[in-house]
Amino acid sequence: MIINQFLILGAALFSIGVYGVLARRNAVLVLLSVELMLAAVNINLVAFDRYLQDSIAGGQIFALFVITVAAAEVGIGLAIVLLIFRNRKSANVDELDLMKL
Amino acid sequence: MSSFENGWALTLIVFLPAVGAAAVLAIPKAQEEAQKWTALLFAGVSFVLSVIVAFQFDYGAADKIQFGPDSTLTWIGAINSNYAIGIDGISLPLLVLSTFMTVLSIIYSWNHWPEPHNPKVFSALILVLATGMAGTFVALDLILFFVFFEVVLLPMYFMIGIWGDRNKVTIPVLGMETEMRLYAAIKFFLFTLFGSAFMLLGFLALYFKSGLETFSMISLSGGGAERGLEGLAVWVFAALFLGFAVKVPMFPFHTWLPDAHTAAPTVGSVLLAAILLKLGTYAFVRIAIPIMPEQSQNWAPVIGILAVVGIIYASLACLAQTDMKRLIAFSSVGHMGFVMLGIATLTDIGINAAIIGMVAHGIITGLLFFLAGSMSHRYHTREMARLGGNQKLLPIMGGILGFTAMASLGLPGLAGFWGEFLSLLAAFNPLDGLSIPLFRTLMVIGAVGTVLAAGYLLWMLQKVNFGEPSDEWLEHEMHDVDGYELAAWVPLLVATLAIGVFPKIVFGATTDAVSEMVRMAFGG
Amino acid sequence: MSSLLAFAAPLLLAAEDGAPKEFSDGGVLAEWAWLIPVVPMVAAFAIVFIGKRSPWKGWGLATGSMAFVMIYGAILFISNLNKGITYEGSVAIGEIGTDPYGHTLGLEWGWMVDGLSIMMYLVVGLVGFLVFTYAKGYMEGDIRYTWFFASFALFGGGMLVLVSAPNLIQLIVGWELVGVSSYLLIGHYWEEHENSSAAIKAFLVNKVADVGLFIGAIIISLSVGSFRFTDIMAVIAEGDSQSALARFSFWAGVAIFIGAMGKSAQFPLHVWLPDAMAGPTPVSALMHAATMVTAGVYLIGRLFPFYNTEFFADDTRYIIIIIGTLTLFLTGLLALVANDIKKVLAYSTLSQLGYMVTAMGAGAYTAGLFHLFTHAFFKSLLFLGAGSVIHAVHSNNMSDMGGLRKYMPQTFWTFLIGSLALAGIVPLAGFWSKDEILASIQYAGQNYTTAQGGAELANFVLVVAILGAFVTAFYMTRAVSLTFFGEYKGHGHPHESPKIMTYPLIALAGFSVVAGWINIPGVIKWFTEALEARFLAPGDHHPEAINFGLAAIGTVAAVAGIAIGYFIWFADRETQKERDKFRIPVLYPLLEHKYYIDDFYMDGIVRPLRGPVARAVDWFNGHIIDLVINGTGWLAVRIARVTYWVDQRGVDGVFNASAAATGGTGGLVRLLQTGRIQQYVFLIVAGTVVLVAGFIIF
Repeated sequence: MIINQFLILGAALFSIGVYGVLARRNAVLVLLSVELMLAAVNINLVAFDRYLQDSIAGGQIFALFVITVAAAEVGIGLAIVLLIFRNRKSANVDELDLMKL
Repeated sequence: MSSFENGWALTLIVFLPAVGAAAVLAIPKAQEEAQKWTALLFAGVSFVLSVIVAFQFDYGAADKIQFGPDSTLTWIGAINSNYAIGIDGISLPLLVLSTFMTVLSIIYSWNHWPEPHNPKVFSALILVLATGMAGTFVALDLILFFVFFEVVLLPMYFMIGIWGDRNKVTIPVLGMETEMRLYAAIKFFLFTLFGSAFMLLGFLALYFKSGLETFSMISLSGGGAERGLEGLAVWVFAALFLGFAVKVPMFPFHTWLPDAHTAAPTVGSVLLAAILLKLGTYAFVRIAIPIMPEQSQNWAPVIGILAVVGIIYASLACLAQTDMKRLIAFSSVGHMGFVMLGIATLTDIGINAAIIGMVAHGIITGLLFFLAGSMSHRYHTREMARLGGNQKLLPIMGGILGFTAMASLGLPGLAGFWGEFLSLLAAFNPLDGLSIPLFRTLMVIGAVGTVLAAGYLLWMLQKVNFGEPSDEWLEHEMHDVDGYELAAWVPLLVATLAIGVFPKIVFGATTDAVSEMVRMAFGG
Repeated sequence: MSSLLAFAAPLLLAAEDGAPKEFSDGGVLAEWAWLIPVVPMVAAFAIVFIGKRSPWKGWGLATGSMAFVMIYGAILFISNLNKGITYEGSVAIGEIGTDPYGHTLGLEWGWMVDGLSIMMYLVVGLVGFLVFTYAKGYMEGDIRYTWFFASFALFGGGMLVLVSAPNLIQLIVGWELVGVSSYLLIGHYWEEHENSSAAIKAFLVNKVADVGLFIGAIIISLSVGSFRFTDIMAVIAEGDSQSALARFSFWAGVAIFIGAMGKSAQFPLHVWLPDAMAGPTPVSALMHAATMVTAGVYLIGRLFPFYNTEFFADDTRYIIIIIGTLTLFLTGLLALVANDIKKVLAYSTLSQLGYMVTAMGAGAYTAGLFHLFTHAFFKSLLFLGAGSVIHAVHSNNMSDMGGLRKYMPQTFWTFLIGSLALAGIVPLAGFWSKDEILASIQYAGQNYTTAQGGAELANFVLVVAILGAFVTAFYMTRAVSLTFFGEYKGHGHPHESPKIMTYPLIALAGFSVVAGWINIPGVIKWFTEALEARFLAPGDHHPEAINFGLAAIGTVAAVAGIAIGYFIWFADRETQKERDKFRIPVLYPLLEHKYYIDDFYMDGIVRPLRGPVARAVDWFNGHIIDLVINGTGWLAVRIARVTYWVDQRGVDGVFNASAAATGGTGGLVRLLQTGRIQQYVFLIVAGTVVLVAGFIIF
């Protein structure tokens, strides 16, 4: 069945993304890894959309939403990372435990 | 009937001082003159009104309640408690006495503020006290009576607790060391509250268990309520007795009195002795006897014995005192013993003697406390051993002290004699049914008590007034009585002499009322 | 009142001359007699307030009031001699209720004008006026001159209130007024502790006796249903042995007599009188003559029918006789050892009061009061004479005197007359009254039943009374010898007192001579008739003629006393104290310590009461009664602490424990929050993996 390959690709991309989020120390790379995970989701959405023959193409529309939101998210995310870098002279996420407060 | 005679006069007499207290509190603290004048104004108007009432009083119908409202004024409808007020020949002299003493206390206070100063609050407390005292004498509803009876506690508590004696004392038994005023204030408050808790229980029992469901003294009297109580009556009387006896105070419930008197500021002692003690004896006459005649008869021997024990006991205790004020305080216990002996005879002569005894004790002992206060104001001590030669240093004050001591030991021709002598007289023939041998024995012992009373008062005079003044006072400049003191004392001196020479001032009001009351209660 | 006279009529009929006596009501004179007590009382008050600005600084007011009483009393006395006056006026001052028999008891002020009270008005006014006059000289320059006259006027006024009393209440009022003014006067020099103690002693001893008076008055008035003497006498006139008064009469009689014993200083309540010498001498003169000590005798006289009527208190009379006799003899002996001249006179007063009381007990109303009357003159004379001597030598002790007859002739002669009158030498006043007492006792011995005194008792008393007369003469000789004869032993140069002091002496000496002549048995009966003017006749016996036998025995006793006294003491030059020990063997220590009665009172009664007993009561108050109170407080505090502990540890523990548990859990959980996003994500992923695994497996 043709969908399997897409799902495997999505899973692989997602896993790579998870790996990146968990393993990378640089905040920019963590963000990029998040983008990878979103891309994996997008692939799944489009793949299922086609597979299920959705009459209103909800999967594709969702994928578009995700892309838009991801773009916005990256914009804000990079801005935050930039500000953190400016203040802390580092973008290492291990040193960023502000959420503990 | 004018509205004056229709409850308004008494209402004004009772509540004007309370209004005055509020007015005094509203005046800024710095304006002491204004505070004093306001206090005097309200107390004075209340006094003048009571004098007008005394003149308008129909002495021909002294046994009837007068000056009360025509209609029933509901106060707490749920328990059928009404704003029932009025006076008869028994309460009239005491009402006038209470307003009279209030005015004199304020005049005396004019330049005798105890530490810590604060005339504003002090005069407000006097005025609240005045409302409580006058209210107790006009109330004809048990709950109303109870409220007024308790209202006097609070101002007196603060007077003792704040303006009282700051000397350290070690409390016997407890071994704690504390300031006299604190100990005395708490003792006074708790002791009397203890008594009045029982009293309230008694009132409630009269309401619920007598089957009458009323708090009206008039409806309850005549023996009906007592019969309704059946077997409970003895306990109800015991509760009332405890409440009243603490307030009188009767031996052995008297120990709050010497402490309270010793610690209280002068005006506090005066009002305590002159009026507050009378609330208990008045309650015996007004409530206990008319409402529970049969139990009164059962309890009369006990009351008589305690009264006479109190006379002898207090006199002996007086002999041991070194503190002048404490001596006078103990003498009060003895004098109230004569009053209670008169009441215990349950005859019209005895109760008449009790009432004139109350009035006389109020005037004379009040004056003695004024004097003790003024003397310790000048000498800064009340130790009789250190005083002496007062007659030489302060001749007028010494003279007044001598006169008052004579009045206090019951010198015939002065007010104190009638109460003492006539209560002994009454004890010779108590009410039918009371043990005659017992009461005659009490009479003899009580008469011996008059000797002891003369003894301690004369020895007090000797220690305080006579002899040469000790060296420690010679360099002090002593001022004899000032104008305010005279203004407060001369009326009392005149009253002492007037009642002594012409006792009809009191008997004229009381005799008919008392006879009628005794007749109602015991028949005949 | 008319009903009363009807009751009294049978007794009046029984009076001596067999015809009913008619008395007048005295008219205007009696109606205005209330002024007699009121004027001195008003004067006393006036002196207190305006005395310093009044003429003679208060002396004028005081003496003026006494002069008024004297003149009014004299007029009344004379009109009473013409025709007996019985009048009673009163003003009601209040009713106090009804007694069990239905009588309404009313209080009254009033004034009694009858033979007895008129006699007393005269004595008080006359002696008072003379003593007051004398006091102006004696008290000159005193520190409290004005105050002295205020108290003095009160003293006289109080006595007049007592004497004028028509009811028991007013009698008690006057009684105590006399007591309080004597207190003021005895303690006049209160700077000295001794003097104020003497004043207190006088007051307290009298107060002890007043317990008796109070109780007696209560019993009598409640038995009768009235305080009025006239009502009491009406009951007595009925003579009903079943009446309430008759049933209580023994106790009432004893109680009233105890009251009289106090004021009239009868043994053993006499102890205050010698100490009362602490006051200025004029006070002693007035107190011993006209006021105060006569009150007890007067009281028995006022209630005489009560004591003299069968079924009433006649069975108490033997007590009265015994007490009176003891007093007259025992206190007379004490005068033998006293060194203070005033004390000699004080003991002699006691002794003479004993005579009066004995006479009253023997049923001799007139004799007792006649002695009171004559005694008032010569005793005040003696005291004023002693005062004059003291004024001159500045000492009370006879050991500082001697030989004064040369320096003070007027004082000497008047004092001598007084002493002879007291000793009972014919024809001076004391002779007549003492003789009448002896005759009355003899009569009692012959005629009275056991209940009324007993014949044997009366005969014994007669012997003691004659012995007493001997003792009286004996000690007066001693006093006169030591004071006026021999050599002067004091300091300075004594001189005669000023005229204002000697004139009263001379006047009193005159009365001491003539006062007895108004009642010579069988010859002149003025005094007897004057005293008979009562609402209820006293009903006593009067000797019809002079009993020459008794008079001779009495005179012999007196002369013997003087003679023996003359040989022992006359012209003695030295201090007497040491010699007295030899002269009065055995008895001396007893007399020296006044029979130890004072010691007994002080150490047996007063000191224990003021000391241990009072302290014990005070301790009891603080430690026993307050133990309950403070113990309750203590217990309450302890219970409160336990409650508080339970509250804090128990009740509050539950709440605190749950709070602590919450807090602890939070602390643990909070460890998870590291703030590292990657950790969170890891956990999310791990969680997802676990969930997925779970879904797959189950």
